Amino acid sequence: MKSFLPVLIAVAVLALLQLVLGDAAFVTYHATRVGVWVIMAVSLNIINGMTGQFSIGHAGFMAVGAYASSLLTLLLHQYRIGFLPDPVTAQLFFLTALLAGGALAGVAGFLVGLPSLRLKGDYLAIVTLGFGEIIRVIVTNMKVTGGALGLSSIPPHTSLFMVWFWVFVVVLLARRLADSSHGRSLLAIREDEVAAEAMGVDTTSYKVRAFVVSSFFAGVAGGLFAHFLQAINPNSFTFVQSIEVVVMVVAGGLGSTTGAVVAATFLVMLPEGLRTLFLQLGGENQSLAQKVDQVRMPIYGLLLVVIMLTRPQGIFGTHELWDLWKRKKGAPEKPKAVAA
Amino acid sequence: MGEPQRLGERAPREPLLEVRDLKVSYGAIAALKGVSLSVGGGEVVALIGANGAGKTSTLRAVSGMVKPAGGAVVLNGEAVTGLKAHLLVPRGMAHAPEGRGIFPNLTVQENLDLGAYLRHDDAAIAKDLETCFGLFPILRERRKQPGATLSGGEQQMLSISRALMSNPTLLLLDEPSLGLAPQVTQTIFRILRDVNARGVSILLVEQNAHLALELAHWAYVLETGELTMEGTGQALLASEDIRKAYLGE
Repeated sequence: MKSFLPVLIAVAVLALLQLVLGDAAFVTYHATRVGVWVIMAVSLNIINGMTGQFSIGHAGFMAVGAYASSLLTLLLHQYRIGFLPDPVTAQLFFLTALLAGGALAGVAGFLVGLPSLRLKGDYLAIVTLGFGEIIRVIVTNMKVTGGALGLSSIPPHTSLFMVWFWVFVVVLLARRLADSSHGRSLLAIREDEVAAEAMGVDTTSYKVRAFVVSSFFAGVAGGLFAHFLQAINPNSFTFVQSIEVVVMVVAGGLGSTTGAVVAATFLVMLPEGLRTLFLQLGGENQSLAQKVDQVRMPIYGLLLVVIMLTRPQGIFGTHELWDLWKRKKGAPEKPKAVAA
Repeated sequence: MGEPQRLGERAPREPLLEVRDLKVSYGAIAALKGVSLSVGGGEVVALIGANGAGKTSTLRAVSGMVKPAGGAVVLNGEAVTGLKAHLLVPRGMAHAPEGRGIFPNLTVQENLDLGAYLRHDDAAIAKDLETCFGLFPILRERRKQPGATLSGGEQQMLSISRALMSNPTLLLLDEPSLGLAPQVTQTIFRILRDVNARGVSILLVEQNAHLALELAHWAYVLETGELTMEGTGQALLASEDIRKAYLGE
């Protein structure tokens, strides 16, 4: 029962938020965007941060989930479950589509992971990069996925509640994983793969499992993303998106779940925040605001450079948010992480 | 190549590990061309040889870290050839890899916990932890420190302790003296004697032939993938060929 309590609390809080903020378009728009990328970053952190396997094809798995769930929703759209009101039916179908999209992405993760996780470091990175591009080329050339035009008029089923419920699920899972014996094996693989193997960790199997879990959530994030934008095309899931997620994970601190959450939130909101800031600065003088607005993206890039120069281990290193709090209370500080 | 030259009499023991005609290849390169050796219960067996002779390859093939190209490995009467490490650890084989392989960002305690990764007998694990701290008291002082902050000697002690935490009957040690000061090496070899006295058999790969032969009940000399000599540690230490080739005399 104890393990269900956080879920019940989360559902209640999220339902309340949905009730209060559900109609505020600005907040909903940004909160949904942030939520989707938080799911991406936290799930990628399981493979890049906890297991130390450098994957840069996460957008590929997102694409698999986005297309699969959208196609399923479009297919189920015409049906309804007799006695249930339409919105409930829609949400049930949507949840099914999300799970199906996640599962298919998980299968893709398994298929990619099985052969490629025997590779290490740069080689694995290149294979995952190649995979992401293969997915994009495949959906560009298939009729059922709408080719280069992609899919449109996807029903807008994604709600604030649904996105943040999945954020909650992936964060809870990542944290539980980190504290479990499975998580210990992943950490051991990250720290020293040969030694982990010598300790009796079945390294290949654990790496593939981490990859599948990570891909599943990327697929779900893709589904949420698709039912939020209502239109997707192959260019929504390029190499650039994959790299953005990697940047979030690295900037937050490899292995830190809360770091991934904070960095994803920060990096998604930063361009928007700078825009608002410059509009305020410009005041009545809109032309000045527009001029300053043009340097927004260079500032974003500069900030990334500054983060990596001052904190190469990421904002949180391998710590979690609550570790910082403990340190303030006088607990002995863990020495800085050392590069392996 | 024929049978290796044999020096001295081997004390009879229960067979624990039997390796027959073990072959290992990396691509087209044959690293081991058929090595046969055995380790008895409670025995310390050393494998000495120059760089590239195949010492590490032998250990890696025995412990399932690399797939042998041929031959047989028998542990406690059971054929375990080609089984991966995660299946061998529960059968009582522990491997402390070359270069120590400490988990750098995990604490000493976490490193040791991972050594007992496949065990669930908490009471016995706690007892083995105390044994390790008894053998290497410095590790108790360092238990909350990350592995990377330990000195080379301490890391080697941690590596051996971590392997012991799986409660092995056979311990495979790869170059425990690598990169260590002579005094630290002496300490480690003294403790290895204690470990052996507790009933753990040891298969030791070592460049420092002198120390290895002093400790070993039986030893094998490996040259370019083949055994050329075997004998008691004492007999090999006394051998003219060995003294010239490996002891620098």
